[in-house]
Amino acid sequence: MTTVSELSEDFLPSNTTAPLLSVKDLSVTFPTDDGDVRAVRNVSFDLNPGDVLGIVGESGSGKSVSSMAIMGLLPKNAIIEGSIRYRGEELNGRTYKQMQPFRSKHISMIFQDPMTSLNPVYTVGWQLAETYRAHHNVSKKAAWAKAVEALELVGIPQPDRRAAQYPHEFSGGMRQRVVIAMAIINDPSVIIADEPTTALDVTVQAQILDTMLRLQSETDAAIVMITHDLGVVAGMVNRVQVMYGGTVVESGPVDDVFERPRMPYTVGLLGSVPNPATLGKRLTPIKGAPPSLVNLPTGCSFSPRCPLVIDVCHEWEPELEEAGAANHTTRCHRWEHLATIDRPQKLFLHDEIGTVENPAVFAAANPDESLEVTTVHGSLVSDEESK
Amino acid sequence: MTAPLLEVTDLVKEFPVRGNGIIPRNIGTVQAVSGVSFTLHPGETLGLVGESGCGKSTTGRAILQLHKPTSGSVKFEGRELTSMSNKQLRPLRKDIQIVFQDPYASLNPKWQVNDIIAEPLRIHGVEGGVQRRVNELMELVGLNSEHRNRYPHEFSGGQRQRIGIARALALNPRFLVLDEPVSALDVSVQAGVVNLLEELQERLGLAYLFVAHDLSVVRHISDRVAVMYLGKIIEMGEREAIYNRPMHPYTQALLSAVPMPDPKQERQRQRIVLTGDVPSPVNPPSGCRFRTRCWKAQDICATEEPKLERRGAPDGTLSACHFAEERSVV
Ligand SMILES: Nc1ncnc2c1ncn2[C@@H]1O[C@H](COP(=O)(O)OP(=O)(O)OP(=O)(O)O)[C@@H](O)[C@H]1O
Ligand SMILES: Nc1ncnc2c1ncn2[C@@H]1O[C@H](COP(=O)(O)OP(=O)(O)OP(=O)(O)O)[C@@H](O)[C@H]1O
Ligand code: SF4
Ligand code: SF4
Ligand SMILES: [Mg+2]
Ligand SMILES: [Mg+2]
Repeated sequence: MTTVSELSEDFLPSNTTAPLLSVKDLSVTFPTDDGDVRAVRNVSFDLNPGDVLGIVGESGSGKSVSSMAIMGLLPKNAIIEGSIRYRGEELNGRTYKQMQPFRSKHISMIFQDPMTSLNPVYTVGWQLAETYRAHHNVSKKAAWAKAVEALELVGIPQPDRRAAQYPHEFSGGMRQRVVIAMAIINDPSVIIADEPTTALDVTVQAQILDTMLRLQSETDAAIVMITHDLGVVAGMVNRVQVMYGGTVVESGPVDDVFERPRMPYTVGLLGSVPNPATLGKRLTPIKGAPPSLVNLPTGCSFSPRCPLVIDVCHEWEPELEEAGAANHTTRCHRWEHLATIDRPQKLFLHDEIGTVENPAVFAAANPDESLEVTTVHGSLVSDEESK
Repeated sequence: MTAPLLEVTDLVKEFPVRGNGIIPRNIGTVQAVSGVSFTLHPGETLGLVGESGCGKSTTGRAILQLHKPTSGSVKFEGRELTSMSNKQLRPLRKDIQIVFQDPYASLNPKWQVNDIIAEPLRIHGVEGGVQRRVNELMELVGLNSEHRNRYPHEFSGGQRQRIGIARALALNPRFLVLDEPVSALDVSVQAGVVNLLEELQERLGLAYLFVAHDLSVVRHISDRVAVMYLGKIIEMGEREAIYNRPMHPYTQALLSAVPMPDPKQERQRQRIVLTGDVPSPVNPPSGCRFRTRCWKAQDICATEEPKLERRGAPDGTLSACHFAEERSVV
């Protein structure tokens, strides 16, 4: 085997002060017939042991593609730029095969759909045992014992009996727990979970998230949690990263970002969630559509939908800069202005806001009246009437 | 009160389980829906929630007669649907429509949006004004009718869900089954679709059966909520009664697990964590089906099935638990 695999099997950090995982200026481009799809642009973050990082954002904003890039699972045509360092070791540029020793052993991934990670024709125990044997030189019997142990760890009752069953004999929630068992059986330092509970109901979701956090506190692994459920983010992560149009637009400690968002997209996202205060009222979606990744707007990618947009926003894309608090960064020309607005969610209640400078205008507007703006046009009765 | 639009009584749907011998034999039945009853009025939304696999989708499909119910009655405007032939049902299909969960899988990728929305009109023999109607429907759901010649993949997830809704509305239905219509969408897109559904309801007086996992969305959109567990409704009531004063242990556990988008609240909350797994619907527990996971279970729970009835305050919920008692969890 190559030195790459030797190095990773008994990996000794070349630099003990380097973060566990350090992603720097990661960009991913897919060349297509319609042009280059710029799926991820200049994404950077560091992970240390015990970190739980949440990634949220618009559908299609590059959350899954960036994690696939880290795992080395993107199709060959993908152009990956930037650096992905695991304990100081560069991963970008490695072939699928050269990545193999890292996957599962050091970094593992949980996919949304458990069936994509499980093979229907093998027993659950066999699949877990093989995953273990891929990185450990042990007998089949010892690997099977390890598989049973992993099932027990994720809270599957009667694990020795269950190990001999096939995936279809498990319920959806139990299957997802098997996938988690698979992801942790080699004791990875980094676990990337891409919407691990989206298809499940809340009681099963709570069980699975508890399981993940328990395992994490036992092994001190770092978790990256990709989800569109802001409640899961609030309850589980300590740091959150908000993505829009292929890049990180805000990042910081979860309390900071949820209480004092410093980027209009984050404001709109948080404000669109139903909560007891919205009962009997309309919800507040963000108007407009996400940007085309082939043809990104010049300047800020949120500018076509942003209620605070001004000329400079169309001219150049803001840099990620610190926004008033330690480790809280934002990519917005007007975050300081945004910070002065009381209840900024109101910005999204209006159809046309333009560049009103005086926040008092928003405070005066009655949010209920302004909801009138959102009515759709056209009528269904005209057919009947015309008869 | 007006007469109900829909009246479902003791609805049962069972699926045979076949062995895989040379001659497949029935070796059991999946009791997917086991005696569900409720009514729905014009302009009303009933939310239907519960653990994955508890029979929500099957209930919706059985009402529409997409699955022939094993037994029980489904009356739409007083007319019994279960005994009708397909031919008798056809004119009624106009009034009852369904929107499926997956906006990617439920639209034919080879058809232009125009044809997708016009299809139900063509099936029902509408001849004149089809194009005008399609344009009108697209505008109604907030799509630009100039995009009618595009294909589904050229639309975002939220837009595709709107196409599905436009199609379901083509024949002026009065009742819509919405089976997880927003689960695949991110929250800002989801908010737009929820608003659209509410506006359509106000303007057209539609009734909805709204199935979803996301309990915050259900709370937002529903007038009443029914909670299912293993094929049965175990609690049902006015939305605020369900959310503020749930009586059934399963409802309490379910609500206590709803994650809230507020880090401080999330850290303080007390979750009721259910242990164990949902029992198999092929072989449900005797008595109360929840008893294998219930922390309050007593001997009587194994022998006597608790009826769905009012067990507390007159404005409270109907619950199916021998030891029902109000407990605030959210
Ligand atoms: N192989 C590919 N070729 C071309 N474009 C691609 C490819 N894979 C992904 N994309 C595009 O890259 C963008 C980012 O996709 P990604 O899957 O990362 O989104 P996401 O943030 O995970 O969204 P969601 O929340 O819907 O899962 C999308 O616009 C997608 O269409
Ligand atoms: N066509 C079928 N044949 C056999 N069993 C079925 C069929 N359709 C559903 N079932 C079973 O009936 C039960 C109820 O399924 P249903 O799809 O109604 O659940 P659900 O509440 O909609 O779940 P989810 O929240 O996961 O969508 C499940 O045990 C399911 O496996
Ligand atoms: S940079 Fe301008 S357009 Fe972009 S989010 Fe900030 S204010 Fe809005
Ligand atoms: S009837 Fe018994 S087992 Fe069922 S929910 Fe009530 S206490 Fe629990
Ligand atoms: Mg994704
Ligand atoms: Mg379903």
